[in-house]
Amino acid sequence: MAKNSLIGGSIWEEYSQKVQDLMNHPQNMGELTEEDAKNMGGKLIIADFGAESCGDAVRLYWIVDEATEVIKAAKFKSFGCGTAIASSDTMAELCIGKTVSEAVKITNIDVEKAMRDTPDIPAVPPQKMHCSVMAYDVIKAAAASYKGVDAASFEDDIIVCECARVSLGTIKEVIKINNLKTVEEITNYTKAGAFCKSCIKPGGHEAREYYLVDILRDTRAEMEHDHLLAISNSKIEGSNTVNFDDLTVVKKFQQIEAIIDENIRPMLVMDGGNLEILDIKEGSDGMTDVYIRYLGACSGCASSSTGTLFAIEAVLQEKLSKNIRILPI
Amino acid sequence: MRVYLDNNATTIVDPKVFADMEPYFCQMYGNPNSLHQFGSESHPALRKAMDQLYAGINASDDDDIVITSCATESNNWVIKSIYNDYILNGDKDHIITSEVEHPAVGASCKFLEGLGVKVTYLPVNTDGVISVEDLKNAITDKTALVSIMWANNETGMIFPIEEIGAICKERGVLFHTDAVQAIGKIPVDVKKANVDFLSFSAHKFHGPKGVGALYIKGGQQLSPFFHGGEHMGGRRSGTLNVAGIVGMGKAMELAVEALDFEKSNVRRLRDKLEDALLQIPETMVVGTKEQRVPNTILISVKGIEGEAMLWDLNQSGIGASTGSACASEALESNPVMEAIGAEADLAHTALRLSLSRFTTEAEIDFAIEVIQKAVVRLRAISSTYAYAPEWHVSKL
Repeated sequence: MAKNSLIGGSIWEEYSQKVQDLMNHPQNMGELTEEDAKNMGGKLIIADFGAESCGDAVRLYWIVDEATEVIKAAKFKSFGCGTAIASSDTMAELCIGKTVSEAVKITNIDVEKAMRDTPDIPAVPPQKMHCSVMAYDVIKAAAASYKGVDAASFEDDIIVCECARVSLGTIKEVIKINNLKTVEEITNYTKAGAFCKSCIKPGGHEAREYYLVDILRDTRAEMEHDHLLAISNSKIEGSNTVNFDDLTVVKKFQQIEAIIDENIRPMLVMDGGNLEILDIKEGSDGMTDVYIRYLGACSGCASSSTGTLFAIEAVLQEKLSKNIRILPI
Repeated sequence: MRVYLDNNATTIVDPKVFADMEPYFCQMYGNPNSLHQFGSESHPALRKAMDQLYAGINASDDDDIVITSCATESNNWVIKSIYNDYILNGDKDHIITSEVEHPAVGASCKFLEGLGVKVTYLPVNTDGVISVEDLKNAITDKTALVSIMWANNETGMIFPIEEIGAICKERGVLFHTDAVQAIGKIPVDVKKANVDFLSFSAHKFHGPKGVGALYIKGGQQLSPFFHGGEHMGGRRSGTLNVAGIVGMGKAMELAVEALDFEKSNVRRLRDKLEDALLQIPETMVVGTKEQRVPNTILISVKGIEGEAMLWDLNQSGIGASTGSACASEALESNPVMEAIGAEADLAHTALRLSLSRFTTEAEIDFAIEVIQKAVVRLRAISSTYAYAPEWHVSKL
């Protein structure tokens, strides 16, 4: 919340021109029949996702060439807002010409990106992202139907939010793909937790097996674990692919300490001084704040808050990251 | 053609109201509390406006009608001051309200729940109205306040205010009503209804935005919501919004004069629109016409999500609402549709159409045509509605 959001606005103003055009004139709206399938020499697949009671429901029709698994035709029908119509339309468009296995890989981000007018500006406001997730879910349902397997083989079929029918698999995936950090974001992207709110945390009107707060915490922990694994792997491989800014605080501490030992401490010691690192904190502005204490001759030295400080900062910034800030205590 | 059918959200300022307000911007702009001619010049108009407001709701000279910025402020003031004056330092700890109040009441009650106040949210029946029996049963010795709206913003349903007022009086409980959707649509009489507190906003009855009032029955204790200033007898500080008050007074006078027109002409157009839309298969309107304010329709159109409908209407120049306009960015289904226990399927299909005395017959004819076309287009896209082409051919 800040200046630009205080007055609010028409959410429709945040829709891309493509979204608006598709809402007025969807290109792939309609049905496919057994007769169409026969004429095209393929298999008809019909998949549903969502429900009218949740405010969103979509039906996807495919005709799949069984020899090549290529989706030769795709159409949709949708109960939902304009964004749901536009993203279902885009989703159907993206399926055409892909194999079933390729189509399963289409994510909600792909659908949303395909509706952008310019690469950097989102096609819909954040609270409308859940409509593109619907599109992503129905593809999985269609693929499951085609392959004759349970949809669970594509996604976890544990339903976390009964009102919006959102599964555990979807929530985890959406958190990971979109790097979501709050329950509100999960609700914006999936609608989970938007209705009776029982699934948000314990204490709602009915007890749930899974709660969004726990899923968010665990998934974030999993993401952190994967991230650490990546750092550790990069270390084993000897490559320096992980950015300083992406390191954990402990790793940052080790690297800063090493640079100070090698490049800074010898100079200070020569003049009868020294320093110790008290703490390292991640600032909310993306900076890494390094709290230090000067020892010996350095403490009380006039240059410790000017020249010496700037030199330490400059060395660390050059060797590690420009986002390092030194704060003498 | 542009057709405005969202008058429960806000209304056009009546040009006669605007004309009365105009001199108080650039000519008589003095602070009415100042001790000079510039300030005093506005006093006659302020006095007249207060007379118009008192007359409009039949308040007596012993009562206070305190000007606020809007009904949201008035509602917050009553509920939070009840906490200060009767709950925090008294032996009462209970408030009764309904499940379908405007968030200004509902969220204020929720806030007090966080401070330990017990709140009963009375359910509504399928017509969207509370039962007087439920209210009677909910009142206890600990009840400090009953807060029930006069008419619902979504459905237009009128609540049994006189009965509720009589019960509250008999049981010695204070009674507040949010009358924001009643004024200018049906007669509002604070004496007949035994009301202790009543809130309203000028912009809902063709007055300006940003000005409203709280009626406080004579002798009722209510600590100020704003501190620091002697305006409005110390009850509500802040320099008087002279033009706004003048406009609200005039708007009240015109609204009361137009009540018969509302009951006959506005209602006739509303009924015409409603009857035409109910010809569309699988539609449903909440509540009977007689029990509703004369300008409102909350209709559910099976198979069409409310926001998709708004999109199509907006493309044709028609402004309507899916529910509470204040919350139109929220994902939730229409809370009133849920409260009345409508089939879950219908909760996302609500369309609110609200007329005013400025709505014309030609506008209603146009709206009927546009809505019928939108229904055909959107039901053809809909995955949950079995499209009936024979209806399409025969009706259009």
